[in-house]
Amino acid sequence: MENRIFNKEMECMSRKDLETLQLERLKALVDYCEKNSAFYAKRLAAAGVTADKIKCLSDIEYIPYTTKDDLRDTYPFGMLSVPMEKIVRVHASSGTTGNPTVVAYTREDMENWSEQVARLAMAAGATESTKVQICFGYGMFTGALGLHYGLEKIGATVIPTSSGNTEKQLKFMRDFQTDAIVATPSYCMYLAEAARGMADKYPMESYNLKYGILGSEGSTPEMRTEIENHWGNGFFCTDNYGMSELNGPGMSGECMYRDGLHINEDHFLCEIIDSNSLSVMDKGSTGELVVTNLTKRGLPILRYRTKDITNINYDACKCGRTSARMHKIIGRSDDMIKVRGVNVFPSQVESALIGINGISPNYLIVLRREGYSDSMEVRVELIDGSLLDRYGELVKLQKTIHDNIKNILGIEIKVSLVEPNSIERFTGKAKRVLDLRNENK
Amino acid sequence: MFIKQLSVFIENKDGRLAEITGIIANAGIDIRAISISDTTDFGILRLIVDKPEFAEKALKEAGLTVSLSNVIAVGIPDKKGGIAETLAAIADKDVSVEYMYEYIVPNSDHAYFIIRVADNEKAVAALQSHGCELLTEVK
Repeated sequence: MENRIFNKEMECMSRKDLETLQLERLKALVDYCEKNSAFYAKRLAAAGVTADKIKCLSDIEYIPYTTKDDLRDTYPFGMLSVPMEKIVRVHASSGTTGNPTVVAYTREDMENWSEQVARLAMAAGATESTKVQICFGYGMFTGALGLHYGLEKIGATVIPTSSGNTEKQLKFMRDFQTDAIVATPSYCMYLAEAARGMADKYPMESYNLKYGILGSEGSTPEMRTEIENHWGNGFFCTDNYGMSELNGPGMSGECMYRDGLHINEDHFLCEIIDSNSLSVMDKGSTGELVVTNLTKRGLPILRYRTKDITNINYDACKCGRTSARMHKIIGRSDDMIKVRGVNVFPSQVESALIGINGISPNYLIVLRREGYSDSMEVRVELIDGSLLDRYGELVKLQKTIHDNIKNILGIEIKVSLVEPNSIERFTGKAKRVLDLRNENK
Repeated sequence: MFIKQLSVFIENKDGRLAEITGIIANAGIDIRAISISDTTDFGILRLIVDKPEFAEKALKEAGLTVSLSNVIAVGIPDKKGGIAETLAAIADKDVSVEYMYEYIVPNSDHAYFIIRVADNEKAVAALQSHGCELLTEVK
């Protein structure tokens, strides 16, 4: 894979120059919000923040956080800071719980957004000669059109197949000799399975797919390997991150070294905070990602609490970019539990269970108070009968699970093997934690 | 040289043993020997039944984790020191015993035991040369 950088000036800038630029942009943004955003003018005044109060980057801490609720409460256009005639595009989130969150873009915002995506797409392998099929659903969702504009900016050949109609997708892929695909990890996997299912008619060699630019849902390294093996022929995929509140895709993405997601730091000022105390954490700590979109004007966002848990690495990358890299999302702050003072995410337990044979993927974390201390039990369903013959095998399995989880969480836990189907199944979002710590005994 | 033993994974919950043996009874299966080994959280129920494959199916359909494996059923003369002699024959060949439990055959002058060892083949050879009776089906 060719290592090309879309905007060397911005992506390879020295940290000092970058911070100077970020500070300049932050001051301008605060000044802009005071003058143009009714929502932020009020909020900044209440917090006593003005643009001249921002003297260094850490002065951002004077500014209050923005949350998804702010966007919902001002539905649909309460956070706009330009007249509607300046808005050229509107997108919205699905709004599965309550009002959808609406976002709006000026022409300048659209240009910035395309630039951000173009950088990530090139880091993921796209060039002007790439034929890329966009298999995200078009519509109010920012994913498809975000990638679409960014890839066009590079000069790639965009094939907007949208999602669904798998056979047609695969036909175009063969007939056009498509080089790259934009999709969710699960749809990319589904397409590969469908292609394999038709392999007697159209062998896998009839595809020319080289890169997958995957996003809009998380994926584990194990899933990625599986997807790559399913396509075969050296297929290589990268992950990218964004959210509609922050334009959409375009905030960060992996390069060919896949050692964290490069952040477009000249546009996005990132902080890591402790979700409980809400204070900013030291560089390198793991906590909730808070993002300020430095260049957005149609609907500016200051210190947006993403609720996503990650950490940021400021070391330069082998690819030549100096931009900081965020770790793949580790969990959601809403899901975070605190056990004996340690932050624990159910997703960490999940990753510890991956690859262990004999158990189902279902698990339940049970928290109790024993004396003055918390105890954590992880219940796992035993499904493989062959381990029953020898008692020692079960003890070994229990120990493997215990050690895997303990290594990841760093706290002592108890593993209980339970009967199949004894952990409740959920059709929607699974409930993984049973907290009995405040129950009366 | 072996008979089939069922192993059933069972959580330590009140009434669970009664429920599982109830499933077996409802399927019309006769339990001939039973043993349970347990820890504080779970146990493994081991059973010798008259229709092992049928019992395995019934338990699996009830959603339980079950396995069917070969174990040695050895007849030991019903006399003082009978067990010690038989186990010594296995121990002489450096085969370790993981667990054993009694298996009652009505109107017999032999006592029968189910023995789970680390190496089935070696144990069978040792027992045969010691002149022990080995069952190949449930009596």
